[in-house]
Amino acid sequence: MDFGFTEEQEMLKKMARDFLTSRCPKKLVREMEKDEKGYAPEIWKEMAELGWMGLAFPEKYGGGDGTFLDLAVLLDEMGRACLPGPFFPTVVLAGMAILEAGSETQKKELLPQIAQGKLIATLATTEDSPLYDASDISTSASEESGNFVINGTKLFVQDAQTADLIIVSARTKKGSENKEGISLFLVKKGTAGVTTTPLMTIAADKQAEVVFNKVVVPKENLLGELHNGWPVLGKVLQYAAAAKSVEMLGGVQQVLEMTVSYAKERVQFGKPIGTLQAIQHYCADMAIDIDGCRLIIYQAAWALNENMPCAKEVALAKAWVSDAYQRCLISAHQIHGAIGFTEDHDLPLYYRRAKAAELAFGDADVHRETVACEIGL
Amino acid sequence: MDFRFTPEQESFRKEVRDFLESEMAKGIFKPRCDAWIIGHSPEFSRKIGEKGWIGMTWPKEYGGQGRSYLDRLVLTEELLRYGAPVAAHWFSDRQIGPSIITYGTEEQKKEFLPKIINGEIYFGLGMSEPEAGSDLAALNTRAVEDENGFVLNGQKVWTSGAHSFNYIYLVVRTDPDVPKHKGISEMIVDLNSPGISVNPLVDMTGGRHFNEVFFDNVRVPKTAIIGKRNEGWKQIVAQLDYERSGMERVMANYPLFEAILKYAKETKYKGQPLSKHPLIRQRLAQLTVEFEVGRLLIYKVAWVLSQKRIPNYEASLAKTFCTEFQQRLARTAMEILGPYSQLKPESERAALDGMAVHSFLITPGYTLQAGTSEVLRNILAMRGLGLPAA
Ligand SMILES: Cc1cc2nc3c(=O)[nH]c(=O)nc-3n(C[C@H](O)[C@H](O)[C@H](O)COP(=O)(O)OP(=O)(O)OC[C@H]3O[C@@H](n4cnc5c(N)ncnc54)[C@H](O)[C@@H]3O)c2cc1C
Repeated sequence: MDFGFTEEQEMLKKMARDFLTSRCPKKLVREMEKDEKGYAPEIWKEMAELGWMGLAFPEKYGGGDGTFLDLAVLLDEMGRACLPGPFFPTVVLAGMAILEAGSETQKKELLPQIAQGKLIATLATTEDSPLYDASDISTSASEESGNFVINGTKLFVQDAQTADLIIVSARTKKGSENKEGISLFLVKKGTAGVTTTPLMTIAADKQAEVVFNKVVVPKENLLGELHNGWPVLGKVLQYAAAAKSVEMLGGVQQVLEMTVSYAKERVQFGKPIGTLQAIQHYCADMAIDIDGCRLIIYQAAWALNENMPCAKEVALAKAWVSDAYQRCLISAHQIHGAIGFTEDHDLPLYYRRAKAAELAFGDADVHRETVACEIGL
Repeated sequence: MDFRFTPEQESFRKEVRDFLESEMAKGIFKPRCDAWIIGHSPEFSRKIGEKGWIGMTWPKEYGGQGRSYLDRLVLTEELLRYGAPVAAHWFSDRQIGPSIITYGTEEQKKEFLPKIINGEIYFGLGMSEPEAGSDLAALNTRAVEDENGFVLNGQKVWTSGAHSFNYIYLVVRTDPDVPKHKGISEMIVDLNSPGISVNPLVDMTGGRHFNEVFFDNVRVPKTAIIGKRNEGWKQIVAQLDYERSGMERVMANYPLFEAILKYAKETKYKGQPLSKHPLIRQRLAQLTVEFEVGRLLIYKVAWVLSQKRIPNYEASLAKTFCTEFQQRLARTAMEILGPYSQLKPESERAALDGMAVHSFLITPGYTLQAGTSEVLRNILAMRGLGLPAA
């Protein structure tokens, strides 16, 4: 048992902290909320040069041969910094899907491009009943003269507007239900019949509705086995839930630090409010929530990295952090008083993002249901 | 990062389980909630001692095994899972031994450690007094030195197990003329010494587990002092971290947790197992999430100790979360059992052997003993987060 990071991970963490502190100030975060693309190409390029996009890919695909835990260290820092942009969908969603299911040709073509920051990609799987399980999927793909024709509407697709590549899940077997008969396809930017409409979300985080109307893709664009896409998708959604949890951990830790330093500075009744026990106890409760988050979340990331069956570990993590982050934010707002209620303050950035993250890849209720199944209820 | 126990630790776990299974099969004990505090059985403790499972982490030269805190974690986790009667040696193994190892003289180590390990002596904790609860440093029990040793006068209260133990680890005032934190010392006292009287108090479960202990001109030798005279306060702070951070904080009611899960699976409600009901699923899953979080918090304290660091806020953090979790466990179990939950264990219709009602009655004490949740939150805020003192 070892709850510490390796020396390399500590270095990576420090490097990421330094880079994001200087290159991703909150001013940029706010600008990107209003920006159509939602990311700054020059920073994207620098991140690629640092080797971040390819960190967890094998060397032969242009990657850094790192582990999912190394990637988690980065995501932790990105969450702390509220890094805007398509890193998550490109690396965690699409990258992991290609790594898990891609043919040698697909991996050789796509992963190096992702690693070099030349390809932005995303995953379109959620539809109008977003429970993040296989029964959500009703988009269809039928085989017609050597091609597949995709029809359906996907929702809450991250960074779809900027994506050069969308991985879409669809039913290839007519009348199939649940986990049966699902396949994954690569849809390149500019393919006819794809319409993307931005969704106006509270985190201004560039989610979109993507309609596939008789979208024709060649057979080679099938990712993984025909009809057998669910195991891959299920695994990718586990990576996603764990990775999102790590991002949330970085965010909530920063919220605590901001709050504690504010409590030390803000003077009322002639002394810092941090001397008041009511305030101290709010902070203590935040620290309890967050230490729990750290352990339960890194346990999930570790288990994924070890390639062990870990549906329970991932669900425990996302269920806990989803609730804990909300509790912490309510306390943080209470301690900040009215100043934290202004749009220009940093706290609302976290408040809005935490909700988006909570809803992504299953909220606490969804994951508690998974836990219930896993413990045999 | 590694969230696994080693293969050796896993095989040790199996060894402990096999032992406990066979003891159960022989009818030696029945799993019980809170057996670490109310399951007093010197015979059972002696068996545990013979196996080398008391003082596992202590140096070999004093009869210990020199094993890691993580090994001990495996042991205590299993003892609690099975609700085994380990109260006789629990405090000694958890905190008295470590204190003697850190602050005791060579003679004290040679005298007391082997006897603890052999299950000959059992320690209670004499800290609280009527006027010294959370403000422990306000304690008034006096130790006055003369040429033969010390003479003790005063009273302790809430002393768990003092009616069954034969020794007490005392915190006393040795100098009344200095600021309160600076005149305190720690002592080891034989509970059979003349002048000591133990008066049991009935707790709200109806059980007799804690006591008043009176000291009336009790004579103890000079060698009773552990560590430095008048520096007891510093010593006790570390001891409290050991006290607060054990597996019992999250698993004292583990037998109830298992039982309520089983009950939900086996009990029919409108033709379906209760466990198929969405609300019940959510609530039991939430308990599972909290249990797993709490367990990791305790694991982390053991890991910090195994790195030879002091868990100076982690222990308070873990204890606060875990004891509050156990209160929620009791409440949820009571709610799932409905009207049956109020039946006392002796009632024929009592569900789950009355475990839920026992937990319901005992868990209010969890967030008081070994430091109240409020005091622990103060510690966490100031020591852990660096918030300024009032
Ligand atoms: C089941 C059980 C077993 C016990 N076993 C032992 C034992 O074996 N040996 C032993 O020595 N003692 C034992 N105790 C005593 C225990 O250590 C005390 O109960 C505890 O320290 C609290 O003291 P108190 O009960 O006097 O409460 P008080 O200190 O009077 O506290 C009352 C309330 O005031 C709050 N409060 C007090 N100070 C502060 C503060 N600074 N900030 C915020 N809130 C504060 C407390 O949190 C609590 O809510 C046991 C207690 C219980 C319930």
